[in-house]
Formats: sequence, structure tokens, C-alpha cells
Amino acid sequence: MTLDHPQNYVTTKLRQAINWGRKYSLFPMPFGTACCAIEFMGVVGSFSDISRFGAEAVRFSPRQSDLLIVAGTISYKQAPILKRIYEQMAEPKWVIAMGVCASSGGFYNNYGTLQGTDRVIPTDLYVAGCPPSPENLLHALVLLQNKIEREGLETVKERHRVAAST
Amino acid sequence: MSRRALDRLAERFGPDVLETQSHLGDESVTVRRPALRSVLQFCRDDPQLHMHLLLDVVGVDYPGRPQRFDVVYILRSLSTRERVRVKVQVAEGEAVPSVSDLWYSANWAEREVYDLFGVRFDGHPDLRRILCHHEFQGHALRKDYPIERGQMCYTVEHLLSDAEIAHGRELVGSAAQGDAAEIKSDFLSVNIGPSHPATHGALRIEALLDGETIVHSKAEIGYLHRCFEKEAEDHTWTQIIPYTDRLNYVSALTNNVAYVLAVEKLLGIDVPERARVIRVIVAEMGRIMDHLVCVGANLVDIGALTNFWYFWNARERLYGVVERLCGIRLTTNYTRIGGLYRDLYEGFEQDLRDALEHVERAIQDVTGLVQRNRIFFDRTVGVGVVSAQDALDWGFTGPCLRACGVDYDVRKAFPYSGYEQYEFDIPVGENGDAYDRVLVRIEEMHQSIGILRQALGRLPDGPIQSADRRVAMPSKDEVYNSIEGMMNHFKLVFEGIQVPAGEGYGFTEGANGELGFFIVSDGSGRPYRIKVRPPCFPIFSAYTKMIQGQMLADAVAILGGLNIIAGELDR
Repeated sequence: MTLDHPQNYVTTKLRQAINWGRKYSLFPMPFGTACCAIEFMGVVGSFSDISRFGAEAVRFSPRQSDLLIVAGTISYKQAPILKRIYEQMAEPKWVIAMGVCASSGGFYNNYGTLQGTDRVIPTDLYVAGCPPSPENLLHALVLLQNKIEREGLETVKERHRVAAST
Repeated sequence: MSRRALDRLAERFGPDVLETQSHLGDESVTVRRPALRSVLQFCRDDPQLHMHLLLDVVGVDYPGRPQRFDVVYILRSLSTRERVRVKVQVAEGEAVPSVSDLWYSANWAEREVYDLFGVRFDGHPDLRRILCHHEFQGHALRKDYPIERGQMCYTVEHLLSDAEIAHGRELVGSAAQGDAAEIKSDFLSVNIGPSHPATHGALRIEALLDGETIVHSKAEIGYLHRCFEKEAEDHTWTQIIPYTDRLNYVSALTNNVAYVLAVEKLLGIDVPERARVIRVIVAEMGRIMDHLVCVGANLVDIGALTNFWYFWNARERLYGVVERLCGIRLTTNYTRIGGLYRDLYEGFEQDLRDALEHVERAIQDVTGLVQRNRIFFDRTVGVGVVSAQDALDWGFTGPCLRACGVDYDVRKAFPYSGYEQYEFDIPVGENGDAYDRVLVRIEEMHQSIGILRQALGRLPDGPIQSADRRVAMPSKDEVYNSIEGMMNHFKLVFEGIQVPAGEGYGFTEGANGELGFFIVSDGSGRPYRIKVRPPCFPIFSAYTKMIQGQMLADAVAILGGLNIIAGELDR
């Protein structure tokens, strides 16, 4: 193949090319603690089928995944574990808080429940519902893909440093 | 229910029995603290009482009383079908003698009372916090602990102590003759969970391994402690129903039914026949959905992934019916005290029959794949064997108990909602191993499908809500055109349902076993105390005993078959 003909090549920015690859090959790690984990099973099941969105390679090791889906209530007892699992993930990494418990504690405003994952880890997307329907989570996945497309190539840490200094 | 058990206790213990009470078919006896242990031992060993099961140990806090706490032991005999509650009053700082050596099921139950109320148990082998984290200060279910005072946890506790890891060989003693001794290697400590694919929820186990064999292990729960019981004290009786969805979230419908039945027992109201039949229908749907996930997930754990998809697609079918009925797939909030949220929709019967056909086909496919499968045999037969005696001592109920050969099912032993009118069998196992637990669940699904078909056939017309004005909203016509109707409506909306003062224990057959609600009401619009008796709490407390001496991979195969649902385990 030669590069003489314009049909044989495309030009793009490196950032766009990399993000295009990243957004269609998310490896989710379900941090499933409660009811939402059961709905997550439905999302990976053959009826809803998350693989249509390129995210079917579910990994249960944080070191092999780049999308943390927090599916379920996080208690204070669970919080240090969630933080450690997030830290074990390699860059680039994103977090979806699935359901109202992970987003804000939901209707568990009490002594045992962490009032949202963003109290301990940076969270990219919050999905409403108790639990969210599979369509709702898939919608969140598409929104995350759009977000990834617009992002730069800096790590989460660098992005937060920029945000903190401005 | 007769007062026979109470009379016998009063006769035997005389002045140590402070008070006896027969209320709502339950008998309760209050005893002096020093006599507690001998009373409980008598209850267990006396041939006329023979209380096999210690179902739960419950704490109740009365801050105004000099003896501030009640500790309630809920006992059950399988041979005489009698049930007794033994109560003891304890002041702040006093200790109660532990009975964890009489019933193993008391072990974790007492730890829970210690954790949430601060009542100490003398002679308990391992009195630590269980639901709250180790940095927690205070005792959460005391009335003076504010519900929203959260406490951050910054560290993770090690389960096995350094001494246990370093000196595991001396501690365990005889196990040192294995391969590890020969090649002079050390024991290895492995942490599993709380985020692990094999635990299916937030559980944690730390195991000490000799090669692949587990020589010692400890389990930890509480990672999903969402404070159901504290929340219940903060809400009206009706507002609690959505919280019950999230106890055993795999079969929320069954929980809804269990909770309202317990409250209705205290209120003393009956629901119309149509509502009773619909409750049986939804409860059995919940049971099938629960077993589909449990068996499917158990098979995934031992490498049979396909079966999970077969079962999950059948479950999706049932989800469709549930979503059309309740508006949501998982957290249904379907029952109401005195009736139901709404009637069946048009076409429900046909939808359910279609879904059941799919479930039957899925069961047929899965049994075809596993029932005579050599790999499945090797992984499950003779693995995690539990004797009937142990199962009762450990507080097992439900499919796990029946797999050990004990035919105890609340639906047959203490029928509710008209279960006595349905024809069904209780499948029992022989060996109490992982294989039996899977097959008992599969057979239970067949029985449930049979019950559902009978219920659909007999579904009568009529109202779905009791007309009792203590629980039922008046019609709009009455609200707008009569002063009584308006006041009735106002009081139900603003004050909620008023449950008469008293206490009671309502129990049903949940998907995992006996699901009980011990309720104390002070007559106000909110419960004074609700204690859930989750079936998988005692089951998981015995898990470390079941995996002792087994291979690590077998521990996974055993755990899947126990169907531990973190939501009801930690509440």
C-alpha cells in the first residue's frame, strides 16, 4: 500500500486516535457489593449484552481494568478497600458510580453508609436508579465514551493537579 | 399454641422465672440473669421441650429502665413445633453468660448484640465487633446513638493474627504432617474478598493454607451493613417496605411478603383471599428467581459458565413480568400492610405462564448438562458435607438444612397465606454436600412452579386490600364527603399505621430459609425495634467450619451453594 493516494490514509491528532481506541475497549471491573451488582449481571447477560459497546471483558482484578463500576452501597467499613482497589488500577482509569447508593448514599443516610463514592475516590459519572435498569447503565457507558473522546492524555492525577491549581 | 412449654419452665425453675406471657401464638418467658444458662440448657436438652434451633439472639434497648437492655433468645423445636422466647434483663456494664457452646449459632448472634448494644457475654470465645468496623466508637443501636452519625474507617483489619500466621503449625498441631511438613515450607495465609468474584458480595475470608488445604480460617462480614434496623426505627411501618426489598435483593418479593405478614400478625388483621393468593404467587416467583441466581452462580464458580446464561435468560423473562407488575425489575416494594400495592395487570396470567415455560426449559437444559456430568460430580459430591445434627446446631434453615435430610419448611410446618391448600413436596437431600444443595434448589424450583400454576388456577376475584380502617386508605369519595373519612385519611398519612404495643415474631420461608422479623412496638407510628432474622447469617457463621480441611477450590464450590446474600447477612 502506498501513501500516494489520499484514500489510503487519514490524518488525525494523536490524542484523538488514542482516545478512539480507549473508548471502545473499556475493561470494566465491577466492585459489586449489593443489589446493583445483580443488575450488573443483567447488563453483561446476553439480553442487554454490554459487549455491543466494547466493554464485555469484565476483569475482577483492578490491575487489568480501566473502568471501575461501583455497583452497590459502600459502607464505611468498605471505604478503605474501595480506595485501595482504585489505587491499584493503572492509568488511564475511570469510575462510574452505579445507582444512588454509590452516588450519594441513596436512602441510607445513616451511621454505616458512606455518602457517595466521591468522598474517597474521584468519580466520573453518576447513574441514577435504585438499582438502575440495564439500559440506564449502558447509557452511562455511552456518556463515558463521549467523555473519554474529549479528554486529553494526562493522567487522573495530573488532571486533578490542574483542577486544583485553577 | 399451648402454654405447655411455659408451664414446664415455670415448674422447673420456680422463682427464677419472673414472668411468662402467651401472645400471638408465641410464648415468652423472662428469667433471672444467673439462671439464664441453665434455663436455655434445659430448653435444649429436656426431652419434652427439645428446642433444636436457636434462631436468633436479639438485643432491645430501653434507656429509661434501670436494667436497660433486654436480650431475647428465640428458640424453636422441630419435633413439637413449639416456639419459646427466653428473655433476660441486663443493666449497663453487666454481662450475660454466653451460650455459644450450647448452640454454635449463638456465636455470631451474641457478637452482634455486643457490637450494636454493648452487652458483654461471659465465656464467649471471640467477642469482637461484627457489623460495624473496628474503628467504630459507641454502640449503634442504642437509642441514644444518633442515626446519621457516621464514622470514617481508615484501615483494614487483619483477621488472622501475626501469631496465628507465624505459629500456624503449632496452633493447628496435627495438620503439620502434610506435604508442607515434608518439604519444610510454611503455611500460607490467603485473603479472599471482600471484592472477589467468588464471594458474590461483600464477604471476606482469610485462610491459612497447607499447600492447597485450608487448615484454619476466619470470616468477616459487615461490609454491607446498611443499618436496616436503625433505619426501621426512624421510619413509619409503611416506609420500611422498600428497605425490606434490599435485604435479600435477589428475591425482594419474598421479603416484602414476609415483612407485611409479621406486621399484620401484631395488628391482628386478615387480608382478602385474592391478596393472599397473589402474595403466594409473588413469593414463589421470588423463590424461583433466587434459586436461578444461586444455582447459576454456583455453577459458574466451578467452571460451568453456560448454565448461568441459561438461568439468567429465564430470570430475565421473570424480570419482565415483575417490571410490568411493580414498575421496576429488582426492588419491587409490592406489598402493603393489609394488602398489596396494586392488582395484577391484564395479561399477567399469560405472561407468567410463558415465563414459567422458559424457566422449565432452562432447568431442563441445565440439569441435562450437569446432572450426570463427571466434572460436576467430582467438584461437588462429598464436598462440604454437613450432618443434620451439625446443621441444627449451627442454625441452618431452608434448602441448606433440607439438603442435610431434615424436612423442615415453614410453609409446611407453620403454614401462612394459605400454603396448606397447595399441593407440593419438600425436597430433601441425603448427604448434605454441595451436590445435594444444588439439586434441592433445582427441585424446589419445580415445586414452586407447581404452586404457581395451582395459584393461578384458583385466583379469586375481589378486593386486594383489607377494609380495616387502621391500615387501609379510605376511598376518595369518603375523604371528600365525610368528616370521618377525611380524618381517617389525615391520620394515616401524617401519623402512619399505628401498631398496638407489644412484641411478636413473624416468620416465613424465605428463599434461603427462615426469614423472621422480631418486632417490638410501643404503639406509636414507628417501630420501637425490628430485628431481622436473616437465614444466611447463621449459615455463613458456620462457613469456616465447613471449609476446615477442604481444598481452597472446594471452599469456592461450597460458598456458591450456600447462597449468601450480603444484603440480608449484614442488613
